[in-house]
Amino acid sequence: MGELRLMKGNEALAEAAIRAGVDGYFGYPITPQSEVIEYLMAEKPFDRTGMIVLQAESEVASINMLYGGGGTGKKVMTSSSSPGISLMQEGLSYMAGAEIPCVVANVVRGGPGLGDIQPAQSDYFQSVKGGGHGDYRLPVLAPASVQEMSDFVPLSFDLAFKYRTPVLIVADGLIGQMMEKVELFDPVPRLTDEEVIERYPWATNGKPKGQERRILTSLHLDPYKLEKHNMLLQEKYRKLEAEEVRFEMIDCETADYIIIAYGSSARIAQKSIQLAGEEGIKVGLLRPISLWPFPKQPIDDLVKKGVKGFLAVEMSAGQMVEDVRLTVRERTKVEHFGRYGGVIHSPEEVLEALKNQLIGG
Amino acid sequence: MPELTLQDIIKPENQVYVKTKLMTDNTLSYCPGCGHGTAHRLIMEVIEELGRENETIGIAPVGCSVLAYEFLNVDMQEAAHGRAPAVATAIKRLWPGKTVFSYQGDGDLAAIGTSETIHVCNRGEQIVMIFINNGIYGMTGGQMAPTTLPNMKTSTSPFGREVLTMGNPLKMTELVAQLPGTYYVTRQAVHTPSAVRKSKRAIRKAFQNQLDGIPGVSFVEIVSNCNSGWKMTPTDSNVWMEENMFPFYELGDLKVNGEIVPKK
Repeated sequence: MGELRLMKGNEALAEAAIRAGVDGYFGYPITPQSEVIEYLMAEKPFDRTGMIVLQAESEVASINMLYGGGGTGKKVMTSSSSPGISLMQEGLSYMAGAEIPCVVANVVRGGPGLGDIQPAQSDYFQSVKGGGHGDYRLPVLAPASVQEMSDFVPLSFDLAFKYRTPVLIVADGLIGQMMEKVELFDPVPRLTDEEVIERYPWATNGKPKGQERRILTSLHLDPYKLEKHNMLLQEKYRKLEAEEVRFEMIDCETADYIIIAYGSSARIAQKSIQLAGEEGIKVGLLRPISLWPFPKQPIDDLVKKGVKGFLAVEMSAGQMVEDVRLTVRERTKVEHFGRYGGVIHSPEEVLEALKNQLIGG
Repeated sequence: MPELTLQDIIKPENQVYVKTKLMTDNTLSYCPGCGHGTAHRLIMEVIEELGRENETIGIAPVGCSVLAYEFLNVDMQEAAHGRAPAVATAIKRLWPGKTVFSYQGDGDLAAIGTSETIHVCNRGEQIVMIFINNGIYGMTGGQMAPTTLPNMKTSTSPFGREVLTMGNPLKMTELVAQLPGTYYVTRQAVHTPSAVRKSKRAIRKAFQNQLDGIPGVSFVEIVSNCNSGWKMTPTDSNVWMEENMFPFYELGDLKVNGEIVPKK
């Protein structure tokens, strides 16, 4: 068993970065995730593993540091919260285009604009539809516990390097700020320079003797070349959709109704399905872990099994519910419930909504 | 004396000039008469002479030199507009033993990328920054740049840059020379053989500083012409540059070995 600690989600993410053998973290403070860089600075990860931590002058700079650092084949990471992630969209688009791996954690807060500093899930569209300009998608993982804040760091790097893409960890202020027991995984050593050079021949580290130099760019001025490049990217996205869907199901086998919820909303919904059970209503929970690729198959299976309705519960005015509707295609009822703007719904409110919108409605 | 054949001429002992193998054979995308090609060549000659061919990573900008990686035959990353210094920061921090340089124009370095420029120069990243200043946005068709001179006509200042409403030209190089993180700051040109020689010396000094492990940015501005954007012949543009650009953007070293050079 790994080391047990009581930690905030943000701290678990930071500790996991050191343990996952990350080479560089480049970040800029923003509530509610500043503990990530504070923890890293206090831990002196350079002494522990040789990991670099740098406080950048802006989120724009940090994401472009990731573009540079990720381009060298080293493991690089940043974290921020909604307004900062908006500033990073240009860089993420460039990295998707140039196929540069990195991990970006978004501890979501209420918006739009400066919004507030309370938990929200209103960055779903931005996260799963690409976010920046151009035809691209990013793998998105949504932790629902402090444990997953830790576990998803190495998983995200595996995906980032396997598919040469930025990967998003989309948490929310609740997951970032709350303290829970976490079992930390054993540290993985950072790759040596020689291993980086050997493993990632596409990366920039000085033109190898007698070989072609490496060019990392998202620019393809010839439209036919750019179309071809886009087709290759699309192939990658289809592969991700086929192989990297992650989800969890609770009590769905016997359920008449299904709540679909991720992150904090899924934790709240766990209580709601328990309350429903006490009233004799059979409700299951489908928790998307990968928000993109979205778990369409299990939803489709549940529709075919004849469930009477889905309630998408999210701390937004209704974003993920659109993907549920696209999958259900009006074969059964799909409703949305959620408090937003930084307000967190209670398990009772969720159950009430289920009764009113799915059963009574 | 028998006439030299082509085979005789290309014998090493007969050659007066050899193109560095660190310039590719791709046709330059620059307008005839533009200074970018010369600046490219000087950087690559220096990298070759310092034996850093296999240890160098360059960052290309957005602007006329957006395709610099097509010509500079070393590992290259193409940055978003203005972000080359941030990109270079991470590369150098993660590969401290490598030679890292950024190459940017004035719109890139002194307008959209001002923040990255200032902060990299203030943190004292151990990189070389090459700054090509032609007072105009060349690639997008000759719009006003932060460096456009007062009353200078561009496509977005068709009646001349009116300082009252359009602001003053920005002397970025003077600005970064004041920051504690810069070690060597100089302004050069590439429009005459003598200027080219001086520029090469400056570029070599900049790269040598990095190779010597001296902390701090080595910053080389090259004031260059943009005959297309300025709507002049190459020759006229060089004369115009001497008469108008150089009095405002004075050539010479601004900071050497971390010390500001006093104005003459």
